[in-house]
Amino acid sequence: MSIKVRRVYGYLAEFKNASQLYKAAEKVRGAGFKKWDCYSPYPIHGLDDAMGVKRSILPYLVFCGGVAGFITALALAYITQVAIYPTVVQGKPTNIFTTAAFFPVMFELTILLSGFTVLFGLLALIGLPRWNHPIFASKQFSRATDDKFFIAIEARDAKFSAEGTKALLDEIGGANIELVEDDSE
Amino acid sequence: MSEATTQSENNSAAVKIPVLEREKLILNNRSYHWITERICGVVEGRQPFLWWILFIPSAIIALIGVVGGLTYLVSTGVGVWGNTNRVMWGWPIVNFVFWIGIGHAGTLISAILFLTRQNWRTSINRAAEAMTIFAVMCAGIFPAFHVGRVWMAWFLAPIPNSNAIWQNFKSPLLWDVFAVSTYFTVSLIFWFLGMVPDLATIRDRCKPGIRKFMYGLFSLGWRGGNRQWSHYEMAYLLLAALSTPLVLSVHSVVSFDFATSVVPGWHTTIFPPYFVAGAIFGGFAMVLTIMIPARALYGLHDMITMKHIDNMAKIILLTGTIVGYAYLMELFIAFYSGAKYEMAAFLYRIDGPYWWAYYAMMGCNVLSPQIFWFKKCRENLWVVMGVAMCVNVGMWFERFVIIVTTLARMWLPGDWKTYSPSDVDILTFVGTIGMFLALFLLFLRFLPCINIAEVKWTLKESDPHDEDKIAHPDDGVELIAAYQYELHENPEGAAKEAGHEGKPPTADKA
Repeated sequence: MSIKVRRVYGYLAEFKNASQLYKAAEKVRGAGFKKWDCYSPYPIHGLDDAMGVKRSILPYLVFCGGVAGFITALALAYITQVAIYPTVVQGKPTNIFTTAAFFPVMFELTILLSGFTVLFGLLALIGLPRWNHPIFASKQFSRATDDKFFIAIEARDAKFSAEGTKALLDEIGGANIELVEDDSE
Repeated sequence: MSEATTQSENNSAAVKIPVLEREKLILNNRSYHWITERICGVVEGRQPFLWWILFIPSAIIALIGVVGGLTYLVSTGVGVWGNTNRVMWGWPIVNFVFWIGIGHAGTLISAILFLTRQNWRTSINRAAEAMTIFAVMCAGIFPAFHVGRVWMAWFLAPIPNSNAIWQNFKSPLLWDVFAVSTYFTVSLIFWFLGMVPDLATIRDRCKPGIRKFMYGLFSLGWRGGNRQWSHYEMAYLLLAALSTPLVLSVHSVVSFDFATSVVPGWHTTIFPPYFVAGAIFGGFAMVLTIMIPARALYGLHDMITMKHIDNMAKIILLTGTIVGYAYLMELFIAFYSGAKYEMAAFLYRIDGPYWWAYYAMMGCNVLSPQIFWFKKCRENLWVVMGVAMCVNVGMWFERFVIIVTTLARMWLPGDWKTYSPSDVDILTFVGTIGMFLALFLLFLRFLPCINIAEVKWTLKESDPHDEDKIAHPDDGVELIAAYQYELHENPEGAAKEAGHEGKPPTADKA
């Protein structure tokens, strides 16, 4: 005899459109929830403020990446061209004053390392790639990337309760409210 | 509140301010679901017969031209190319500059038009970015094999080697290596990141199986939560901000290959801006060349509208005029300078054995886009397609004129030699055209060719304050419908089309 344990992820509620989602998000935030998210097929501008999501820290990471690229290129050019192997081509010397000629490479490496930082910084910040997520257990959730708008409140949130959260989602206009649960070992 | 109400009542009684409505980017009030169906339908349905008609020859030409041509080159030696002393660069570098220029329109559309908030870019940016990637791949082949011994191409990278020799960082050719490889990498990141939400859309529509596995793998587990979108939007903005100076730098660096030399006809300061304008010009022509057929093939008329084509035609007109100005200024300065070698170089272009290339360049690049001053010409797809083809040809000839005519007449008369390409040169170039088309057709087959998420974002109801705006309309304003080709020229057709929901027509037929 086997016992099947189901792990509750949280409640998922559908909203009619972006305007409704926006208003609902303000109310969920007002109710004091922390672990919840709005799902939409496209980025909704202004929803960050409604949800209380802080501005991304990605620009700071990318700035560091860019500086690293700049220094790498300067060091690469200076060490190889001036310190190790000074090349005199077409009678042009190589020394600290010829740094101007190294600028194109410095510029390109700045952009390159910034670009990599955007990619990997973003993935780190949004916690991807990951193979699966408990929310994918919901049958209706596949429409979130098509034309539906959802709010999901996680069971891990301190304010979460089986009845209270459902009542809240119902009250703020959520439809098709579903308790998302996942098979667990 | 009451004050605001009286205010609006007063306004409605008074004369209304006429405001010209914005032209619609998506026609016929399409729903989110319709957009998903139509774009994913291209990937999910069977390909139309024409796709195979185009793909099979392209793939065969790519195999014979690129794989065959380069195998023959490597196994025999670089002598099979027509490059001669002094025209050492010849066709390979002409083709390199041609293809790398094509790529620039993709980055312009995805980055510069994003920063300037041109929302019409959303319908064409994905395909244009794909075009960038494939064009840079075609471009990369030529310098890699042009080094002579392709297995030594790794010498271009600053890697410690047993000879203890380092690259010359003062050389524009090395700058080129860094510029082009950075450009390819950052463009690929931009393209891929932009595609992640759309791959998730396709993943969510797939039945379990190999397709779902592959789309799931590349969509990285995207969920579309706002906590993800928030970072994602920032990443997109940053990439756009990084790509903008990058794209301007790439063709500038390519032009440094010429401009930093002391060769008459090359040694000019106008080269970087002139090359960048030319690259955008040629790139937009290529976007039109591939998007107009793709739009017809998959029935994407409601998303890639005549407004988009009109805008691109205007950019071609603008950049074509800049290029024309650069040609004439270059010519003027050559004679104004009083430098007799400069004068001789330009006289040789106009009146030498390559006069036909010079006039092809002038006619195709300077004269042909000028007909876009007329609205009727921008609205006729055959005319637009014809001009785009002229520009494709003209931009290739521009590079031919710059490289071949200049190298054929350098300083010493003893060096002078006329140049003609060998059969292998021609075969390899035609092969890259086949490779470009084959890759683009595969892209249409397997990846979402329009940015689904961003196109949905441009709809009116996507604004989270849309309901408030409907509830409280601006009474003081009277909206005047903008001129829009499809809606004005074809009202019945637009109404009929509006009733048609669902899969692309071509997907059903095939």
